[in-house]
Amino acid sequence: MAEIIVVTSGKGGVGKTTTSAAIATGLALRGKRTVVIDFDIGLRNLDLIMGCERRVVYDFVNVINGEANLSQALIKDKRVANLYILPASQTRDKDALTKEGVGKVLDQLAENHDYIVCDSPAGIEAGAMMALYFADIAVITTNPEVSSVRDSDRIIGMLQSRSRRAELGLEPIKEHLLITRYVPERVERGDMLSVESITEILAVPLAGVIPESGAVLKASNCGQPVILDTESDAGQAYADTVARILGEEREFRFVNVEKKGFLSRIFGG
Amino acid sequence: MSLLDYFRTSKPDVQSANLAKDRLQIIVAHERSLRNNTPDYLPQLKLDILEVIKKYVAVTSDQVSVQLDQRDNNLSVLELNVTLPEE
Ligand SMILES: Nc1ncnc2c1ncn2[C@@H]1O[C@H](COP(=O)(O)OP(=O)(O)OP(=O)(O)O)[C@@H](O)[C@H]1O
Ligand SMILES: [Mg+2]
Repeated sequence: MAEIIVVTSGKGGVGKTTTSAAIATGLALRGKRTVVIDFDIGLRNLDLIMGCERRVVYDFVNVINGEANLSQALIKDKRVANLYILPASQTRDKDALTKEGVGKVLDQLAENHDYIVCDSPAGIEAGAMMALYFADIAVITTNPEVSSVRDSDRIIGMLQSRSRRAELGLEPIKEHLLITRYVPERVERGDMLSVESITEILAVPLAGVIPESGAVLKASNCGQPVILDTESDAGQAYADTVARILGEEREFRFVNVEKKGFLSRIFGG
Repeated sequence: MSLLDYFRTSKPDVQSANLAKDRLQIIVAHERSLRNNTPDYLPQLKLDILEVIKKYVAVTSDQVSVQLDQRDNNLSVLELNVTLPEE
């Protein structure tokens, strides 16, 4: 039986797609049979971040509508074994996703995968609700910034009241907080919310802190999930996050300012 | 960082992150309290609605969803969603 992970945030542009691509790739690298689904109907982007945009033939909505079967729509990743991508459609019909249709596709995927990662669209409308409805695990993606933290709290409320697990009175969705675009220097200066403040406000266990990193833009330019850039800070931070989601303990890295010596502080370095 | 910067005081006089934290704590607590006071009659209301619908069409409990949404301080919306079986 597969576990369904939703990558969600409420607020747009905080790093959900970057995170979905990284986590799905990371799980596959750890030997888990993984599929990552783009729920952002009409604004397909996961295909670009995963570097498979030219291989899209059929999409999620085609499968739901019976216009293609799953094996035709799933794109097998060329770099990592055990990894598949199910792209979103570019149709503008937001009602293309129904609970029944999505549920069927997830059931079918669950038969031969360990993890199904759902990249949620922004907002708290139907699309975002559909992405979180079937989840077992949520990765609440948050930037160190007031509106993102507030929106994350609203999404936490939705996870606890609007999900399948909530409606059926099952064990609640397992929540993980992921702070992205973190800049320790700014936190030290006192003009950015700290990891401690955000975790205190949201009261959700912390699964990772991804630093603001040039490697993310570079990775998206090349269509390579940033976790494959194993030299980069963001890539390493995502690898740690995947390990924590799998239940392992990892020390948090990239959360403190690297102390520079007196000379390099004076001469810049 | 230049030589001059080094001797300047590095902390700004207002720590805006602290202000952000205080404001968030207040608004988040407020919004949570709005969210959490769903009336305790809601589960029974849902069962009753289900019974009424069942008199006319064959539906099961998972085809009926009853949701109370607090839009703001003085507006609550009771949302009823019934998936009718196909003919
Ligand atoms: N750790 C990071 N460091 C630097 N830039 C980042 C980081 N994470 C994400 N970004 C950048 O932020 C932008 C938004 O990222 P992304 O598309 O993943 O967000 P999203 O939450 O999926 O957006 P949407 O809500 O529109 O779906 C992109 O330009 C991405 O490169
Ligand atoms: Mg996105």
